[in-house]
Amino acid sequence: MSADAANRADHPSSKVMRFSADAALTLDSGPKLGPWQIAYETYGTLNADRSNAVLVCHALTGDQYVASPNPYTGKPGWWSMLVGPGRPVDTNHYFVICANVLGGCLGTTGPASTNPATGQRWGLDLPLVTIRDMVNAQAVLLDHLGIETLFAVIGGSMGGMQVLQWAASYPERVFSAIPIATAARHSSQNIAFHEVGRQAVMADPNWCGGRYFERGVRPSKGLAVARMAAHITYLSDPALHRKFGRNLQDRETVTFGFDADFQIESYLRHQGMTFVDRFDPNSYLYVTRAMDYFDLAADYDGSLARAFLHSPTRFCIMSFTSDWLFPTEESKVVVRALNASAANVSFVEVESDRGHDAFLLDEPEMFRTVRGFLTGAANARGITPPGAGA
Amino acid sequence: MSRVQLSETGASRGDHRLVAGLVTPGARVLDIGCGDGALLDLLMREKQVDGRGMELSQAGVNACVARGLSVVQGDADRDLEDYPDDAFDFVILSQTLQATRAPRKVLEQLLRIGEHVIVSFPNFGVWRNRLQLLFTGSMPVTEHLPYSWYDTPNIHFCTIRDFVSLCREVDARMEKAMALNARGEPVPFTAPWWVWNLIGEQAVFLLRR
Repeated sequence: MSADAANRADHPSSKVMRFSADAALTLDSGPKLGPWQIAYETYGTLNADRSNAVLVCHALTGDQYVASPNPYTGKPGWWSMLVGPGRPVDTNHYFVICANVLGGCLGTTGPASTNPATGQRWGLDLPLVTIRDMVNAQAVLLDHLGIETLFAVIGGSMGGMQVLQWAASYPERVFSAIPIATAARHSSQNIAFHEVGRQAVMADPNWCGGRYFERGVRPSKGLAVARMAAHITYLSDPALHRKFGRNLQDRETVTFGFDADFQIESYLRHQGMTFVDRFDPNSYLYVTRAMDYFDLAADYDGSLARAFLHSPTRFCIMSFTSDWLFPTEESKVVVRALNASAANVSFVEVESDRGHDAFLLDEPEMFRTVRGFLTGAANARGITPPGAGA
Repeated sequence: MSRVQLSETGASRGDHRLVAGLVTPGARVLDIGCGDGALLDLLMREKQVDGRGMELSQAGVNACVARGLSVVQGDADRDLEDYPDDAFDFVILSQTLQATRAPRKVLEQLLRIGEHVIVSFPNFGVWRNRLQLLFTGSMPVTEHLPYSWYDTPNIHFCTIRDFVSLCREVDARMEKAMALNARGEPVPFTAPWWVWNLIGEQAVFLLRR
């Protein structure tokens, strides 16, 4: 498994763009990163005037396989209900790009990638990356794909943070933006949850200070615990209760021991175990840290409105009623800032009891909103919207 | 802030056309309580305005966004303070004032946000209502105001006369005022306030600070 993981970090099955040291990325933390690479997938066709490109930004543990089966897990694309032929982000009409984030572990430079200077895995020698670094890396990719302006940037959770960063950093390159279930800064509570996850990874003796590849081990238990704890924050109490209640797992009574008596325990253990097969533990440290450091207003003298001043972008912001990780109030902070900067903004709070996870699930109200917003934006952009029968 | 259901008579559409007639082409417009976006849509098509909306109901917001309008979910009583001063050329509050908790505060916010403010509301002082109250002793329920007192969203009814007093209290200048008859058409003659207050089913005011 670990040889596999190392291999896919350098040679993913998707498209990859590689950059030499001459084209190094300057990171927020100071150092230059290069050579470096970015792995991505594309769907649909770029039109003649290159005006129909949609960038999808993935969340913490997502990847570039947004609308096609993940070759390593065999599961459908993580947002294939939203992105694909005839879907709200219709790949029959839009050219969709999704790249693995900087610091990730599926082909874009991250701690599991080979450090060209040493021939070893980067491990903790990789400089810390930020949300803005991720976005800058995507911008370089788009430059090389010949895409000047994005018709839309869309993403949920950490993907939404990238959407907001895109709109702030490259306003003239973003025609419309759809940040979903996200925030302009990571809250103290969310940093706290991330710290628990990181400590779980680092407390595993197999973590070896981040050098587990060389030792031929893997801190799977730590990473699984991190995932279990995080997974709880993605759900809601009503959703958990509806799905599991106090139901017992394959048994009639409790065992008076520490087996997974309850279905919820068994479910979480399964979530933890399947996660370690597909995600690099160091990558989990890096990407959670990038989210913790995200505070968009801080880069603009503490004024979020200033981040979006004179923004030409059309925004459609969405939140979910039961999301307590990125609650509606966080989205409203962004809406207020956009109103204060006279930006063009729509905001919808979707009624759902499925918690933060809702943005990845079958939520018809979210689909309708995305479809409608993109159709309106397509009309404004002068590209044929889906269903216009062109 | 859902708009009052104005029955099937088409009074609502007449109201929209009148409001649209007051808006300068190309203006920046905020429609508060924009419902399904019919008025915004009309303004954007016929007046090429840069239009935004605010609506309380999720169904309304979604309908608006789905037709390509820029609308935020929000409450006139709470969320107007988020807008900066002079953010819009026109702020429209159509058939919504009587459903707000604090109409005076809302009106003051409108005058702060917009250079011009357009307010339309059902006139509770119309003769029909007066007669119903006088003869039946019950709160009026009419074709235009079909709710019973206990389930109405309209918690702050006023008459044209009341509204004029409020405008004076908040120092709003009345640039234009119209009384509408049962068919939603402007009463075709000027008359003293007390006459309009008696025969107007609805009123439309154009105000500025």
